[in-house]
Amino acid sequence: METIKLTIDNKIVEVEKGTTVLNAAKQIGIDIPTLCHFELCDMGIENKPGGCRVCVVEIDGRRNLAPSCATEATEGMVVQTHSIRVMNARRTITKLIISDHPFDCLVCAKSGSCELQALATKFGIREIPYQGEKSTYRKDTSPSIIRDVDKCIMCRRCEMMCNEVQTVGALSAVNRGFKAVVAPAFEMDLEKSPCTYCGQCVSVCPTGALTEVDHTISVIRALSDKTKTVVVQTAPAVRAALGEEFGLEPGTSVTGKMVSALRRLGFKYVFDTDFAADLTIMEEGTELLQRLKKHLSGDSDVKLPILTSCCPGWVNFFEHNFPDLLDVPSTAKSPQQMFGAIAKSYFAEKIGVKREDMVVVSVMPCLAKKYECQRDEFKVNGNPDVDFSLSTRELAAFIKQANIDFMDLPDEDFDNPMGESTGAGVIFGNTGGVIEAACRTAYELHTGKKLEKVEFEVLRGMDGIRSATIDFDGLPLNIGIAHGLANARKLLDDVRAGISKYHAIEIMACPGGCIGGGGQPFHHGHSEILKKRAEALYAEDAGKPIRKSHENPFIIQLYDEYLDRPCGHRSHELLHTAYFDKSQEVVIE
Amino acid sequence: MISKILTDTAQTRSAKNPETKKSGDPVTQELKPAAINSFSAAEKDKTKVKIKLSEDKAHKILEICASYNNDPGELINVLHETQGEFGYLPAEVQEVVAQGLGVSTAQVYGVVTFYSYFTMIPKGRFPISICTGTACYVRGAEKVLEEFKRELNIGVGETTEDGKFSINCLRCVGACGLAPVVLVGEKVYGRVSPESVKTILANYEEK
Ligand code: SF4
Ligand code: SF4
Ligand code: SF4
Ligand code: FES
Repeated sequence: METIKLTIDNKIVEVEKGTTVLNAAKQIGIDIPTLCHFELCDMGIENKPGGCRVCVVEIDGRRNLAPSCATEATEGMVVQTHSIRVMNARRTITKLIISDHPFDCLVCAKSGSCELQALATKFGIREIPYQGEKSTYRKDTSPSIIRDVDKCIMCRRCEMMCNEVQTVGALSAVNRGFKAVVAPAFEMDLEKSPCTYCGQCVSVCPTGALTEVDHTISVIRALSDKTKTVVVQTAPAVRAALGEEFGLEPGTSVTGKMVSALRRLGFKYVFDTDFAADLTIMEEGTELLQRLKKHLSGDSDVKLPILTSCCPGWVNFFEHNFPDLLDVPSTAKSPQQMFGAIAKSYFAEKIGVKREDMVVVSVMPCLAKKYECQRDEFKVNGNPDVDFSLSTRELAAFIKQANIDFMDLPDEDFDNPMGESTGAGVIFGNTGGVIEAACRTAYELHTGKKLEKVEFEVLRGMDGIRSATIDFDGLPLNIGIAHGLANARKLLDDVRAGISKYHAIEIMACPGGCIGGGGQPFHHGHSEILKKRAEALYAEDAGKPIRKSHENPFIIQLYDEYLDRPCGHRSHELLHTAYFDKSQEVVIE
Repeated sequence: MISKILTDTAQTRSAKNPETKKSGDPVTQELKPAAINSFSAAEKDKTKVKIKLSEDKAHKILEICASYNNDPGELINVLHETQGEFGYLPAEVQEVVAQGLGVSTAQVYGVVTFYSYFTMIPKGRFPISICTGTACYVRGAEKVLEEFKRELNIGVGETTEDGKFSINCLRCVGACGLAPVVLVGEKVYGRVSPESVKTILANYEEK
């Protein structure tokens, strides 16, 4: 490794050649403010358009201030990061940015976590001397995401996420100068674009230009309606991140506190999406084995690989981009929707509540789930299986609003019958977790033997595409894993070309899987936060007495009392779905 | 789908697996999820954007893309040539360019809206170009432009509803001696004053 030495604020620092001044300063604890720059280290995700110029520094021998995020450190360089000249420039730049920004902080969804607001506070900005025309653009509300581009500062982080990390290409910078905005093609609404609602753009937007559609008010309304029985489910990844919103170290699992908080908020039944994750494994695992068996017996009608289908962002992606492969993914619904379907049938019958009188709320790390629960095929006579979906961030805000002292809460357990889950259900939140859980069950069902070691370490990790061959007692099963939709696209292209070597592929739309979902607390580019969340889920799995989905006593009971068998008649009605071609169509006449 | 006329990967797959077009795998065929029936046609329409384009045109665009090796880096050149061919770049043309070069439509639209040279509106049968170069400008081109806009009730870069006139601005046509200069189609008008605008337009009255 070639290194160079430079002086930053009178301190000498030695860094790897090619390091930016910004990162060199970071290495010795000097914090240079930034706005447009964004980096998710270890994942190769970086946005440095050098456009905002908030990060400028003074470099000896250069007449102009230089943007530190886009300037490479060189041997002998002498840098001042907080000289009077630099601080004045930063303040002026920030004022100029704010001069074309609405003063909406009082009612802005991003207030408190907005990076522009933080800069204004940090630089002590009290008035904006530049009075000019402000851009006005229509607000665009989709089922998951609100675009309010008047608050856009053109950092283009969202574009980087959508185009490079996700290869969706829903957003691009359009127009020029004062009229420039980030928008879908032809400035149509996001709902008409190929957007997957993965929410990755929202999770990196520094301002309130991209935010989630907030369902909290609807939930509060349901909770205050005496005629409704309000049931809540919480996704695996939520417990690994919710604590961050209350100042806890990343990777602190807060399952018990989360359950008591939900009870205090007034939910009648606090259940676990992990239960539905176990159910997903029963259905998806069985489907995998059925397809595998037919395939092995030479039935050429049966297609492999089978793809997991529990990520609605991913489902949207293949409906838009791979409409010719709609028969490849598993037909199993996502755990959120399986939960809703069972809650409003089996459970509603059990407690004698009419479907219309039950409200199912989900707490998800995900923005795509907000769209998913509104899909027509998940409604019965117009009544959705899942009524509202809150993000992890919204739940945290709701808890704070209710003045619940989160840290002081006792650990409580989920209710039954839909609160019991195994370790397999817990790891659904991590990339590789779904397929690991499926392997635990499919192995035992296929071989009839007991799995001695339930951890499949080969399936874990953070590489964008991973593959492993699992020995199913003499049958080598090729497994592929991808997270981030650019990686998924690569595996899908192979399937399309007929050269995929895999039997089963797990895909998660978000980098890291749901722990890095678009509805999670903002990680501000710290990838170690994602790793700690992943570890928290693996630790929770390791601490569970039961770690295989098919051994969950309440799952067994559900099949006994209601569903009969996996992939049986009733399962198909309640737990499976179909996919639709949503590709843009150019009609040739 | 446009991919039908592109010999793209989709076809490769169906060639290899002739079964592709069969609906669903056998496991799901025997037992249809209830969901399928409830997916309304309205929902489908909401997400599906249909764009109409004649086969000739689509072919022409793909030819242009191919002449640049379908290289996304050549987007600007491809758009330039495509606009040369069609006179403007409507949405459906941009869609096909995007597919031809393998970039997102949003990115194509981003480039089209960034450069003022590109236009999404077809020019009128009689395109009016007003020179706003320095010489014309100081001699009142601005006022002439305003008068055209007022008379035709359109802005710069726009076309009248009947498709007859369009207005755009030019930078110096090399006839500074005649400033301010206006071109209508190929015809050059010199020393134009706001008062003569009506007379110029009258020349194009269709009988
Ligand atoms: S939600 Fe995902 S797909 Fe949609 S615009 Fe944002 S990054 Fe792109
Ligand atoms: S919408 Fe947000 S992330 Fe995208 S360019 Fe604007 S400020 Fe940046
Ligand atoms: S990876 Fe998880 S959080 Fe992200 S879109 Fe998929 S289900 Fe939602
Ligand atoms: S943070 Fe460096 S230019 Fe914006």
